[in-house]
Amino acid sequence: MNNIRKNRLKDQAFKIWGIFCTLLGLVLLAVFIGNILIDGIMRIDWAFVMNLPSRHAEESGIYTALMGSIWVLLLTTLIALPVGIAAAIYLEEYSKKNKLATILEVNISNLAGVPSIIYGLLGLEVFVRIMEMGASVLAGSFTLALLILPIVIVSTREALKAVPKSIRDASFAMGASKWQTVYHQLLPASFGGILTGVILALSRAVGETAPLIVIGALAYVPFAPSSPMDEFSVLPIQIFNWITRPQHGFVENAAAAIIILLLITFVMNGIAVYFRNKWQKKFK
Amino acid sequence: MGKKKKESVIESSIKRKYKLQAKDVKVWYGDFMAIKGISMDIKPNKVTAFIGPSGCGKSTFLRLFNRMNDYVDGFKMDGTINIDDKDINDKDINVELLRKQVGMVFQKPNPFPKSIFENVAYGLKIQGLKDKTFLEERVESSLKQVALWEEVKDDLNKNALALSGGQQQRLCIARTLAVEPSIILMDEPTSALDPISTAKIEELIYQLKDKYTIVIVTHNMQQASRISDNTAFFYLGDLIEYDKTNKIFTNPEKKQTENYITGRFG
Ligand SMILES: Nc1ncnc2c1ncn2[C@@H]1O[C@H](COP(=O)(O)OP(=O)(O)OP(=O)(O)O)[C@@H](O)[C@H]1O
Ligand SMILES: [Mg+2]
Repeated sequence: MNNIRKNRLKDQAFKIWGIFCTLLGLVLLAVFIGNILIDGIMRIDWAFVMNLPSRHAEESGIYTALMGSIWVLLLTTLIALPVGIAAAIYLEEYSKKNKLATILEVNISNLAGVPSIIYGLLGLEVFVRIMEMGASVLAGSFTLALLILPIVIVSTREALKAVPKSIRDASFAMGASKWQTVYHQLLPASFGGILTGVILALSRAVGETAPLIVIGALAYVPFAPSSPMDEFSVLPIQIFNWITRPQHGFVENAAAAIIILLLITFVMNGIAVYFRNKWQKKFK
Repeated sequence: MGKKKKESVIESSIKRKYKLQAKDVKVWYGDFMAIKGISMDIKPNKVTAFIGPSGCGKSTFLRLFNRMNDYVDGFKMDGTINIDDKDINDKDINVELLRKQVGMVFQKPNPFPKSIFENVAYGLKIQGLKDKTFLEERVESSLKQVALWEEVKDDLNKNALALSGGQQQRLCIARTLAVEPSIILMDEPTSALDPISTAKIEELIYQLKDKYTIVIVTHNMQQASRISDNTAFFYLGDLIEYDKTNKIFTNPEKKQTENYITGRFG
Protein backbone atom coordinates (compact mmCIF):
# COMPACT_ATOMS: atom_id res chain seq x y z
CA MET A 1 0.00 0.00 0.00
CA ASN A 2 2.67 2.40 1.12
CA ASN A 3 4.80 1.52 -1.85
CA ILE A 4 2.01 2.17 -4.27
CA ARG A 5 1.40 5.61 -2.82
CA LYS A 6 5.10 6.39 -3.01
CA ASN A 7 5.24 5.34 -6.64
CA ARG A 8 2.22 7.43 -7.45
CA LEU A 9 3.85 10.43 -5.82
CA LYS A 10 7.01 9.90 -7.83
CA ASP A 11 4.88 9.62 -10.91
CA GLN A 12 3.20 12.94 -10.18
CA ALA A 13 6.48 14.62 -9.38
CA PHE A 14 8.00 13.50 -12.61
CA LYS A 15 4.98 14.59 -14.57
CA ILE A 16 5.22 18.12 -13.21
CA TRP A 17 8.95 18.25 -13.80
CA GLY A 18 8.37 16.99 -17.33
CA ILE A 19 5.78 19.64 -18.05
CA PHE A 20 8.13 22.29 -16.71
CA CYS A 21 10.97 21.08 -18.94
CA THR A 22 8.74 20.92 -21.96
CA LEU A 23 7.50 24.42 -21.45
CA LEU A 24 10.85 25.94 -20.51
CA GLY A 25 12.09 26.45 -24.04
CA LEU A 26 8.69 27.41 -25.39
CA VAL A 27 8.00 29.98 -22.69
CA LEU A 28 11.39 31.60 -23.08
CA LEU A 29 10.94 31.74 -26.84
CA ALA A 30 7.49 33.23 -26.39
CA VAL A 31 8.85 35.91 -24.03
CA PHE A 32 11.61 36.70 -26.50
CA ILE A 33 9.25 36.90 -29.44
CA GLY A 34 6.87 39.04 -27.42
CA ASN A 35 9.68 41.45 -26.64
CA ILE A 36 10.79 41.59 -30.24
CA LEU A 37 7.24 42.14 -31.43
CA ILE A 38 6.79 45.05 -29.03
CA ASP A 39 10.05 46.60 -30.21
CA GLY A 40 9.74 46.00 -33.88
CA ILE A 41 6.24 45.37 -35.17
CA MET A 42 5.44 49.07 -35.55
CA ARG A 43 8.55 49.55 -37.60
CA ILE A 44 7.51 47.10 -40.33
CA ASP A 45 5.98 48.66 -43.39
CA TRP A 46 6.46 48.43 -47.11
CA ALA A 47 9.16 51.09 -47.08
CA PHE A 48 11.14 49.12 -44.48
CA VAL A 49 11.16 46.12 -46.78
CA MET A 50 11.97 48.12 -49.92
CA ASN A 51 14.48 50.69 -48.62
CA LEU A 52 18.22 50.49 -49.09
CA PRO A 53 20.39 50.70 -45.99
CA SER A 54 21.09 54.20 -44.74
CA ARG A 55 22.92 56.06 -42.02
CA HIS A 56 19.56 57.21 -40.66
CA ALA A 57 17.66 54.50 -38.85
CA GLU A 58 14.21 55.74 -39.98
CA GLU A 59 15.16 55.70 -43.65
CA SER A 60 16.96 52.41 -43.47
CA GLY A 61 15.47 49.23 -44.91
CA ILE A 62 16.29 45.58 -45.37
CA TYR A 63 15.96 45.40 -49.15
CA THR A 64 19.57 44.53 -49.95
CA ALA A 65 19.84 42.02 -47.11
CA LEU A 66 16.52 40.40 -47.98
CA MET A 67 17.48 40.11 -51.64
CA GLY A 68 20.87 38.76 -50.57
CA SER A 69 19.17 36.12 -48.45
CA ILE A 70 16.85 35.14 -51.29
CA TRP A 71 19.75 34.89 -53.75
CA VAL A 72 21.76 32.79 -51.35
CA LEU A 73 18.79 30.56 -50.60
CA LEU A 74 18.07 29.90 -54.27
CA LEU A 75 21.67 29.23 -55.23
CA THR A 76 22.23 27.06 -52.17
CA THR A 77 19.21 24.99 -53.15
CA LEU A 78 20.45 24.65 -56.73
CA ILE A 79 23.81 23.42 -55.51
CA ALA A 80 22.91 21.30 -52.49
CA LEU A 81 19.82 19.61 -53.88
CA PRO A 82 21.23 17.65 -56.84
CA VAL A 83 24.50 16.87 -55.07
CA GLY A 84 22.87 15.79 -51.82
CA ILE A 85 20.17 13.68 -53.42
CA ALA A 86 22.64 11.99 -55.77
CA ALA A 87 24.97 11.20 -52.88
CA ALA A 88 22.12 9.80 -50.84
CA ILE A 89 20.89 7.64 -53.71
CA TYR A 90 24.39 6.31 -54.21
CA LEU A 91 24.89 5.51 -50.53
CA GLU A 92 21.47 4.00 -50.05
CA GLU A 93 20.91 2.12 -53.29
CA TYR A 94 24.21 1.52 -55.03
CA SER A 95 27.11 1.26 -52.59
CA LYS A 96 27.88 -2.13 -51.13
CA LYS A 97 27.21 -2.35 -47.42
CA ASN A 98 30.84 -2.83 -46.38
CA LYS A 99 33.37 -1.21 -44.05
CA LEU A 100 33.96 1.72 -46.36
CA ALA A 101 30.23 2.44 -46.51
CA THR A 102 30.04 2.43 -42.71
CA ILE A 103 32.97 4.82 -42.47
CA LEU A 104 31.37 7.14 -45.03
CA GLU A 105 28.09 6.98 -43.20
CA VAL A 106 29.55 7.84 -39.80
CA ASN A 107 31.56 10.70 -41.26
CA ILE A 108 28.61 12.24 -43.01
CA SER A 109 26.72 12.23 -39.73
CA ASN A 110 29.78 13.80 -38.11
CA LEU A 111 29.87 16.52 -40.76
CA ALA A 112 26.40 17.58 -39.67
CA GLY A 113 27.91 18.39 -36.28
CA VAL A 114 30.89 20.45 -37.46
CA PRO A 115 30.58 24.07 -36.24
CA SER A 116 29.41 26.34 -39.01
CA ILE A 117 32.35 28.72 -38.64
CA ILE A 118 34.63 25.90 -39.79
CA TYR A 119 32.61 25.71 -42.98
CA GLY A 120 33.14 29.46 -43.28
CA LEU A 121 36.91 29.01 -43.10
CA LEU A 122 36.71 26.21 -45.65
CA GLY A 123 34.63 28.41 -47.95
CA LEU A 124 37.07 31.28 -47.52
CA GLU A 125 39.99 29.12 -48.53
CA VAL A 126 38.44 27.08 -51.29
CA PHE A 127 35.76 29.22 -52.91
CA VAL A 128 36.87 32.77 -52.17
CA ARG A 129 40.60 32.33 -52.61
CA ILE A 130 41.50 29.21 -54.58
CA MET A 131 38.53 29.33 -56.93
CA GLU A 132 38.70 33.11 -56.93
CA MET A 133 35.01 33.73 -56.48
CA GLY A 134 35.64 36.59 -54.06
CA ALA A 135 33.15 37.43 -51.34
CA SER A 136 30.33 36.80 -53.79
CA VAL A 137 26.82 35.40 -53.50
CA LEU A 138 28.14 32.32 -55.27
CA ALA A 139 30.93 31.73 -52.76
CA GLY A 140 28.43 32.18 -49.92
CA SER A 141 26.01 29.76 -51.53
CA PHE A 142 28.65 27.10 -52.06
CA THR A 143 29.69 27.47 -48.44
CA LEU A 144 26.15 27.11 -47.14
CA ALA A 145 25.49 24.27 -49.56
CA LEU A 146 28.40 22.37 -48.03
CA LEU A 147 27.03 23.19 -44.61
CA ILE A 148 23.59 21.73 -45.27
CA LEU A 149 24.75 18.87 -47.50
CA PRO A 150 24.98 16.37 -44.62
CA ILE A 151 21.43 17.21 -43.54
CA VAL A 152 20.14 16.80 -47.08
CA ILE A 153 21.96 13.50 -47.48
CA VAL A 154 20.84 12.06 -44.17
CA SER A 155 17.20 13.05 -44.60
CA THR A 156 17.09 11.83 -48.20
CA ARG A 157 18.49 8.47 -47.09
CA GLU A 158 15.87 8.24 -44.38
CA ALA A 159 13.17 8.97 -46.93
CA LEU A 160 14.53 6.32 -49.31
CA LYS A 161 14.81 3.80 -46.49
CA ALA A 162 11.16 4.36 -45.64
CA VAL A 163 10.06 3.09 -49.07
CA PRO A 164 8.92 -0.51 -48.48
CA LYS A 165 11.22 -3.22 -49.79
CA SER A 166 8.26 -4.77 -51.56
CA ILE A 167 8.24 -1.87 -54.02
CA ARG A 168 11.88 -2.42 -54.90
CA ASP A 169 11.21 -6.15 -55.26
CA ALA A 170 8.27 -5.52 -57.55
CA SER A 171 10.19 -3.11 -59.72
CA PHE A 172 13.27 -5.30 -60.07
CA ALA A 173 11.13 -8.35 -60.74
CA MET A 174 9.47 -6.47 -63.59
CA GLY A 175 12.89 -6.11 -65.21
CA ALA A 176 13.60 -2.55 -64.15
CA SER A 177 17.21 -1.51 -63.77
CA LYS A 178 18.44 0.09 -60.60
CA TRP A 179 18.22 3.55 -62.06
CA GLN A 180 14.71 2.94 -63.41
CA THR A 181 13.65 1.74 -59.98
CA VAL A 182 15.13 4.83 -58.35
CA TYR A 183 13.63 7.18 -60.90
CA HIS A 184 10.16 5.68 -61.36
CA GLN A 185 9.49 4.29 -57.90
CA LEU A 186 11.79 5.39 -55.11
CA LEU A 187 12.08 9.11 -55.84
CA PRO A 188 8.33 9.67 -56.32
CA ALA A 189 7.56 7.60 -53.25
CA SER A 190 10.08 9.44 -51.08
CA PHE A 191 9.53 12.88 -52.57
CA GLY A 192 7.66 14.27 -49.57
CA GLY A 193 10.32 13.09 -47.16
CA ILE A 194 13.15 14.49 -49.25
CA LEU A 195 11.38 17.81 -49.59
CA THR A 196 10.84 18.03 -45.85
CA GLY A 197 14.52 17.44 -45.17
CA VAL A 198 15.62 19.93 -47.79
CA ILE A 199 13.33 22.68 -46.52
CA LEU A 200 14.44 22.16 -42.94
CA ALA A 201 18.05 22.31 -44.08
CA LEU A 202 17.40 25.52 -46.00
CA SER A 203 15.65 27.12 -43.08
CA ARG A 204 18.82 26.49 -41.15
CA ALA A 205 20.90 28.00 -43.97
CA VAL A 206 18.84 31.19 -44.08
CA GLY A 207 19.69 31.91 -40.45
CA GLU A 208 23.42 31.24 -40.73
CA THR A 209 25.65 34.22 -40.02
CA ALA A 210 29.11 33.15 -38.96
CA PRO A 211 30.28 31.32 -42.09
CA LEU A 212 29.13 34.18 -44.30
CA ILE A 213 30.91 36.77 -42.20
CA VAL A 214 34.05 34.66 -42.43
CA ILE A 215 33.95 34.50 -46.21
CA GLY A 216 33.57 38.27 -46.24
CA ALA A 217 29.89 38.98 -46.74
CA LEU A 218 29.39 42.66 -45.97
CA ALA A 219 27.31 44.33 -43.33
CA TYR A 220 26.74 47.26 -45.66
CA VAL A 221 26.10 46.83 -49.37
CA PRO A 222 24.59 49.71 -51.27
CA PHE A 223 22.71 47.59 -53.82
CA ALA A 224 20.93 44.27 -54.00
CA PRO A 225 22.93 41.63 -55.88
CA SER A 226 22.06 41.28 -59.55
CA SER A 227 24.34 38.38 -60.40
CA PRO A 228 25.92 35.46 -58.55
CA MET A 229 29.29 37.21 -58.61
CA ASP A 230 28.07 40.33 -56.75
CA GLU A 231 28.85 41.21 -53.19
CA PHE A 232 26.03 40.68 -50.77
CA SER A 233 24.67 40.85 -47.29
CA VAL A 234 22.02 38.66 -45.67
CA LEU A 235 19.34 39.30 -43.08
CA PRO A 236 21.17 37.89 -40.04
CA ILE A 237 24.25 39.98 -40.82
CA GLN A 238 22.10 43.04 -41.23
CA ILE A 239 20.47 42.33 -37.88
CA PHE A 240 23.83 41.86 -36.23
CA ASN A 241 25.05 45.11 -37.70
CA TRP A 242 22.05 47.08 -36.48
CA ILE A 243 22.19 45.64 -33.00
CA THR A 244 25.76 46.83 -32.55
CA ARG A 245 24.78 50.45 -33.34
CA PRO A 246 24.27 52.74 -30.32
CA GLN A 247 21.31 54.77 -31.66
CA HIS A 248 17.93 53.56 -30.45
CA GLY A 249 16.35 53.66 -33.91
CA PHE A 250 18.57 50.83 -35.09
CA VAL A 251 17.44 48.57 -32.25
CA GLU A 252 13.92 48.94 -33.58
CA ASN A 253 15.17 48.15 -37.05
CA ALA A 254 16.91 45.03 -35.75
CA ALA A 255 13.76 43.87 -34.00
CA ALA A 256 11.73 44.41 -37.16
CA ALA A 257 14.26 42.49 -39.25
CA ILE A 258 14.25 39.66 -36.72
CA ILE A 259 10.48 39.42 -37.06
CA ILE A 260 10.83 39.07 -40.80
CA LEU A 261 13.62 36.49 -40.51
CA LEU A 262 11.58 34.46 -38.01
CA LEU A 263 8.57 34.70 -40.30
CA ILE A 264 10.60 33.26 -43.16
CA THR A 265 11.89 30.31 -41.10
CA PHE A 266 8.48 29.61 -39.57
CA VAL A 267 6.85 29.56 -42.98
CA MET A 268 9.55 27.23 -44.31
CA ASN A 269 9.17 24.90 -41.34
CA GLY A 270 5.41 25.00 -41.74
CA ILE A 271 5.71 23.93 -45.36
CA ALA A 272 8.07 21.14 -44.31
CA VAL A 273 5.67 19.85 -41.68
CA TYR A 274 2.81 20.00 -44.17
CA PHE A 275 4.69 17.85 -46.69
CA ARG A 276 5.79 15.41 -44.03
CA ASN A 277 2.24 14.81 -42.85
CA LYS A 278 0.94 14.48 -46.36
CA TRP A 279 3.70 12.04 -47.26
CA GLN A 280 3.31 9.91 -44.15
CA LYS A 281 -0.36 9.37 -44.93
CA LYS A 282 0.53 7.89 -48.29
CA PHE A 283 2.13 4.80 -46.76
CA LYS A 284 -0.28 4.17 -43.94
CA MET B 1 23.15 -45.57 -51.89
CA GLY B 2 20.44 -43.31 -50.53
CA LYS B 3 21.53 -40.55 -52.80
CA LYS B 4 21.29 -42.73 -55.87
CA LYS B 5 17.75 -43.72 -55.05
CA LYS B 6 16.71 -40.07 -54.77
CA GLU B 7 18.03 -39.24 -58.19
CA SER B 8 16.29 -42.15 -59.80
CA VAL B 9 13.01 -40.98 -58.31
CA ILE B 10 13.57 -37.57 -59.74
CA GLU B 11 14.46 -38.94 -63.14
CA SER B 12 11.36 -41.08 -63.26
CA SER B 13 9.14 -38.07 -63.70
CA ILE B 14 11.16 -36.58 -66.51
CA LYS B 15 10.22 -37.44 -70.04
CA ARG B 16 9.78 -34.19 -71.92
CA LYS B 17 11.88 -31.17 -72.68
CA TYR B 18 12.71 -28.96 -69.70
CA LYS B 19 12.01 -25.32 -69.27
CA LEU B 20 14.02 -24.80 -66.11
CA GLN B 21 16.94 -26.83 -64.89
CA ALA B 22 18.95 -26.63 -61.70
CA LYS B 23 22.19 -28.57 -61.56
CA ASP B 24 23.78 -29.27 -58.20
CA VAL B 25 22.80 -25.86 -56.86
CA LYS B 26 24.11 -24.71 -53.52
CA VAL B 27 23.32 -21.42 -51.85
CA TRP B 28 24.87 -19.66 -48.88
CA TYR B 29 23.83 -16.60 -46.94
CA GLY B 30 27.13 -15.67 -45.36
CA ASP B 31 28.25 -18.88 -43.67
CA PHE B 32 24.78 -20.39 -43.55
CA MET B 33 24.10 -22.97 -46.24
CA ALA B 34 20.48 -22.55 -47.30
CA ILE B 35 20.45 -24.88 -50.35
CA LYS B 36 22.59 -27.96 -50.07
CA GLY B 37 22.99 -29.20 -53.61
CA ILE B 38 19.73 -29.50 -55.52
CA SER B 39 19.28 -30.75 -59.07
CA MET B 40 15.86 -30.46 -60.59
CA ASP B 41 14.13 -30.10 -63.96
CA ILE B 42 10.89 -28.27 -64.50
CA LYS B 43 8.69 -28.93 -67.47
CA PRO B 44 7.12 -26.31 -69.72
CA ASN B 45 3.41 -25.52 -69.49
CA LYS B 46 3.03 -27.26 -66.19
CA VAL B 47 2.36 -26.01 -62.71
CA THR B 48 5.10 -27.12 -60.37
CA ALA B 49 4.53 -26.71 -56.64
CA PHE B 50 7.27 -26.30 -54.02
CA ILE B 51 6.23 -27.47 -50.59
CA GLY B 52 8.09 -27.91 -47.33
CA PRO B 53 8.31 -26.53 -43.81
CA SER B 54 9.15 -22.91 -43.13
CA GLY B 55 12.80 -22.01 -43.66
CA CYS B 56 13.64 -25.04 -45.82
CA GLY B 57 14.71 -22.85 -48.75
CA LYS B 58 11.72 -22.78 -51.08
CA SER B 59 11.79 -19.04 -51.59
CA THR B 60 15.54 -18.99 -51.88
CA PHE B 61 15.43 -21.67 -54.55
CA LEU B 62 12.55 -20.02 -56.42
CA ARG B 63 14.31 -16.67 -56.50
CA LEU B 64 17.31 -18.23 -58.21
CA PHE B 65 15.32 -18.49 -61.43
CA ASN B 66 14.97 -14.73 -61.84
CA ARG B 67 18.12 -13.90 -59.91
CA MET B 68 16.27 -11.92 -57.27
CA ASN B 69 18.83 -13.04 -54.71
CA ASP B 70 21.53 -11.03 -56.45
CA TYR B 71 20.97 -8.01 -54.22
CA VAL B 72 20.87 -9.94 -50.96
CA ASP B 73 23.88 -9.23 -48.77
CA GLY B 74 26.04 -12.28 -48.23
CA PHE B 75 24.34 -14.32 -50.97
CA LYS B 76 26.59 -16.82 -52.73
CA MET B 77 25.66 -19.52 -55.20
CA ASP B 78 27.27 -22.56 -56.74
CA GLY B 79 26.04 -24.80 -59.56
CA THR B 80 24.03 -23.87 -62.65
CA ILE B 81 20.53 -22.71 -63.39
CA ASN B 82 19.43 -23.13 -67.00
CA ILE B 83 16.41 -21.66 -68.69
CA ASP B 84 15.79 -23.12 -72.14
CA ASP B 85 19.25 -24.66 -71.88
CA LYS B 86 20.93 -21.31 -71.32
CA ASP B 87 22.90 -20.67 -68.14
CA ILE B 88 21.26 -17.59 -66.63
CA ASN B 89 24.27 -16.77 -64.49
CA ASP B 90 26.50 -16.38 -67.53
CA LYS B 91 28.35 -13.10 -67.87
CA ASP B 92 26.52 -12.26 -71.09
CA ILE B 93 23.07 -12.57 -69.55
CA ASN B 94 21.20 -9.32 -69.15
CA VAL B 95 19.39 -9.62 -65.83
CA GLU B 96 16.72 -7.09 -66.82
CA LEU B 97 15.88 -9.07 -69.95
CA LEU B 98 15.88 -12.29 -67.96
CA ARG B 99 13.30 -10.86 -65.58
CA LYS B 100 11.07 -9.85 -68.45
CA GLN B 101 11.01 -13.49 -69.42
CA VAL B 102 10.64 -14.76 -65.87
CA GLY B 103 7.90 -12.92 -64.00
CA MET B 104 7.38 -13.05 -60.27
CA VAL B 105 4.38 -12.71 -57.98
CA PHE B 106 5.03 -12.14 -54.29
CA GLN B 107 3.44 -13.30 -51.08
CA LYS B 108 2.08 -9.92 -50.09
CA PRO B 109 0.39 -8.07 -52.96
CA ASN B 110 2.81 -5.27 -53.82
CA PRO B 111 1.28 -2.93 -56.37
CA PHE B 112 3.12 0.33 -56.94
CA PRO B 113 1.55 3.36 -55.26
CA LYS B 114 0.37 4.49 -58.68
CA SER B 115 -2.74 4.14 -60.81
CA ILE B 116 -4.04 0.76 -61.95
CA PHE B 117 -3.07 1.62 -65.51
CA GLU B 118 0.44 2.69 -64.53
CA ASN B 119 0.90 -0.55 -62.61
CA VAL B 120 0.09 -2.77 -65.55
CA ALA B 121 1.92 -0.62 -68.07
CA TYR B 122 5.06 -0.32 -65.91
CA GLY B 123 6.99 -3.22 -67.40
CA LEU B 124 6.28 -2.03 -70.93
CA LYS B 125 7.11 1.58 -70.18
CA ILE B 126 10.49 0.75 -68.73
CA GLN B 127 11.21 -1.16 -71.92
CA GLY B 128 10.73 2.14 -73.69
CA LEU B 129 7.34 1.34 -75.22
CA LYS B 130 5.33 4.52 -75.40
CA ASP B 131 2.64 4.01 -78.02
CA LYS B 132 -0.58 4.88 -76.23
CA THR B 133 -2.94 2.57 -78.09
CA PHE B 134 -0.54 -0.32 -77.73
CA LEU B 135 -0.23 0.26 -74.00
CA GLU B 136 -4.00 0.56 -73.61
CA GLU B 137 -4.59 -2.66 -75.51
CA ARG B 138 -2.01 -4.55 -73.52
CA VAL B 139 -3.34 -3.21 -70.20
CA GLU B 140 -6.84 -4.27 -71.17
CA SER B 141 -5.87 -7.75 -72.32
CA SER B 142 -3.73 -8.33 -69.23
CA LEU B 143 -6.50 -7.24 -66.90
CA LYS B 144 -8.93 -9.47 -68.81
CA GLN B 145 -6.65 -12.46 -68.39
CA VAL B 146 -6.80 -12.08 -64.62
CA ALA B 147 -10.56 -11.37 -64.72
CA LEU B 148 -10.10 -7.93 -63.23
CA TRP B 149 -11.10 -5.90 -66.26
CA GLU B 150 -14.82 -5.79 -65.53
CA GLU B 151 -14.17 -4.65 -61.98
CA VAL B 152 -11.79 -1.80 -62.78
CA LYS B 153 -12.34 -0.77 -66.39
CA ASP B 154 -14.13 2.43 -65.40
CA ASP B 155 -11.45 3.69 -63.08
CA LEU B 156 -8.09 2.70 -64.44
CA ASN B 157 -6.72 5.94 -63.02
CA LYS B 158 -7.63 5.00 -59.48
CA ASN B 159 -4.71 4.35 -57.13
CA ALA B 160 -3.99 0.63 -57.04
CA LEU B 161 -3.67 0.71 -53.26
CA ALA B 162 -7.41 1.41 -53.06
CA LEU B 163 -8.17 -2.10 -54.39
CA SER B 164 -8.91 -5.04 -52.11
CA GLY B 165 -6.10 -7.48 -51.29
CA GLY B 166 -7.38 -10.07 -53.76
CA GLN B 167 -7.79 -7.48 -56.49
CA GLN B 168 -4.31 -6.18 -55.78
CA GLN B 169 -2.85 -9.64 -56.16
CA ARG B 170 -4.64 -10.17 -59.46
CA LEU B 171 -3.37 -6.77 -60.53
CA CYS B 172 0.16 -7.88 -59.69
CA ILE B 173 -0.35 -10.97 -61.84
CA ALA B 174 -1.69 -8.80 -64.66
CA ARG B 175 1.34 -6.55 -64.32
CA THR B 176 3.53 -9.61 -64.76
CA LEU B 177 1.54 -10.93 -67.73
CA ALA B 178 1.71 -7.58 -69.51
CA VAL B 179 5.35 -8.08 -70.46
CA GLU B 180 4.56 -11.55 -71.82
CA PRO B 181 6.96 -13.69 -69.82
CA SER B 182 7.19 -17.41 -70.48
CA ILE B 183 7.71 -18.38 -66.86
CA ILE B 184 5.88 -17.13 -63.77
CA LEU B 185 7.28 -17.68 -60.31
CA MET B 186 4.81 -17.34 -57.46
CA ASP B 187 5.88 -17.25 -53.82
CA GLU B 188 2.84 -18.09 -51.69
CA PRO B 189 0.63 -15.84 -53.82
CA THR B 190 -2.55 -16.54 -51.86
CA SER B 191 -1.31 -16.76 -48.31
CA ALA B 192 -2.41 -13.20 -47.55
CA LEU B 193 -5.83 -13.60 -49.20
CA ASP B 194 -9.35 -14.64 -48.22
CA PRO B 195 -10.78 -17.97 -49.52
CA ILE B 196 -12.80 -16.42 -52.34
CA SER B 197 -9.85 -14.43 -53.68
CA THR B 198 -7.73 -17.54 -53.29
CA ALA B 199 -10.16 -19.58 -55.37
CA LYS B 200 -10.09 -16.95 -58.09
CA ILE B 201 -6.31 -16.98 -58.22
CA GLU B 202 -6.17 -20.77 -58.29
CA GLU B 203 -8.63 -20.79 -61.17
CA LEU B 204 -6.45 -18.24 -62.90
CA ILE B 205 -3.28 -20.27 -62.41
CA TYR B 206 -5.04 -23.26 -63.88
CA GLN B 207 -5.90 -21.31 -67.01
CA LEU B 208 -2.49 -19.70 -67.32
CA LYS B 209 -0.56 -22.92 -67.63
CA ASP B 210 -1.55 -23.28 -71.27
CA LYS B 211 0.70 -20.38 -72.06
CA TYR B 212 3.14 -20.22 -69.18
CA THR B 213 5.38 -22.39 -67.10
CA ILE B 214 4.38 -21.80 -63.50
CA VAL B 215 6.30 -22.52 -60.34
CA ILE B 216 4.44 -21.89 -57.13
CA VAL B 217 5.52 -22.05 -53.50
CA THR B 218 2.67 -22.91 -51.18
CA HIS B 219 2.08 -23.92 -47.60
CA ASN B 220 -1.39 -25.06 -48.44
CA MET B 221 -1.42 -28.81 -49.21
CA GLN B 222 -4.90 -28.72 -50.72
CA GLN B 223 -3.80 -25.92 -52.98
CA ALA B 224 -0.76 -27.84 -54.14
CA SER B 225 -2.82 -30.92 -54.88
CA ARG B 226 -5.57 -28.92 -56.60
CA ILE B 227 -3.51 -26.85 -59.00
CA SER B 228 -0.13 -28.44 -59.58
CA ASP B 229 1.00 -31.16 -61.98
CA ASN B 230 4.27 -31.84 -60.21
CA THR B 231 5.27 -31.29 -56.63
CA ALA B 232 8.67 -30.92 -55.03
CA PHE B 233 9.13 -31.45 -51.32
CA PHE B 234 12.00 -29.53 -49.72
CA TYR B 235 13.44 -30.10 -46.30
CA LEU B 236 16.31 -28.24 -44.64
CA GLY B 237 17.85 -27.08 -47.91
CA ASP B 238 17.50 -30.44 -49.65
CA LEU B 239 15.10 -31.62 -52.30
CA ILE B 240 13.65 -34.75 -50.72
CA GLU B 241 11.17 -35.86 -53.32
CA TYR B 242 9.95 -34.57 -56.65
CA ASP B 243 7.27 -36.29 -58.68
CA LYS B 244 3.78 -36.14 -60.11
CA THR B 245 1.57 -34.33 -57.62
CA ASN B 246 -0.78 -37.25 -57.61
CA LYS B 247 1.98 -39.60 -56.60
CA ILE B 248 3.39 -37.31 -53.92
CA PHE B 249 0.04 -36.95 -52.26
CA THR B 250 -1.15 -40.53 -52.50
CA ASN B 251 1.93 -42.67 -52.46
CA PRO B 252 5.16 -40.81 -51.64
CA GLU B 253 8.42 -42.73 -51.73
CA LYS B 254 9.92 -41.05 -48.69
CA LYS B 255 8.78 -41.27 -45.12
CA GLN B 256 9.62 -37.57 -44.57
CA THR B 257 7.34 -36.56 -47.42
CA GLU B 258 4.53 -38.63 -46.08
CA ASN B 259 4.95 -37.21 -42.59
CA TYR B 260 4.88 -33.69 -43.96
CA ILE B 261 1.83 -33.99 -46.18
CA THR B 262 -0.13 -35.79 -43.53
CA GLY B 263 0.69 -32.97 -41.15
CA ARG B 264 2.80 -34.98 -38.76
CA PHE B 265 5.56 -32.36 -38.75
CA GLY B 266 6.46 -28.98 -40.20
N1 LIG C 1 18.48 -12.64 -46.74
C1 LIG C 1 18.81 -13.67 -45.96
N2 LIG C 1 19.91 -13.61 -45.17
C2 LIG C 1 20.24 -14.65 -44.39
N3 LIG C 1 19.56 -15.80 -44.32
C3 LIG C 1 18.47 -15.93 -45.07
C4 LIG C 1 18.03 -14.87 -45.93
N4 LIG C 1 16.91 -15.28 -46.56
C5 LIG C 1 16.67 -16.53 -46.10
N5 LIG C 1 17.60 -16.92 -45.22
C6 LIG C 1 17.65 -18.23 -44.54
O1 LIG C 1 17.67 -19.23 -45.50
C7 LIG C 1 16.80 -20.29 -45.15
C8 LIG C 1 15.79 -20.50 -46.24
O2 LIG C 1 14.95 -19.37 -46.29
P1 LIG C 1 13.74 -19.28 -47.31
O3 LIG C 1 13.15 -17.93 -47.17
O4 LIG C 1 14.19 -19.68 -48.65
O5 LIG C 1 12.76 -20.39 -46.70
P2 LIG C 1 11.28 -20.77 -47.15
O6 LIG C 1 11.28 -22.22 -47.39
O7 LIG C 1 10.82 -19.90 -48.24
O8 LIG C 1 10.48 -20.46 -45.82
P3 LIG C 1 8.97 -19.91 -45.69
O9 LIG C 1 8.10 -21.07 -45.94
O10 LIG C 1 8.90 -19.47 -44.25
O11 LIG C 1 8.78 -18.80 -46.65
C9 LIG C 1 16.18 -19.90 -43.81
O12 LIG C 1 16.87 -20.59 -42.80
C10 LIG C 1 16.40 -18.43 -43.71
O13 LIG C 1 16.59 -18.06 -42.37
MG1 LIG D 1 9.32 -18.35 -48.42
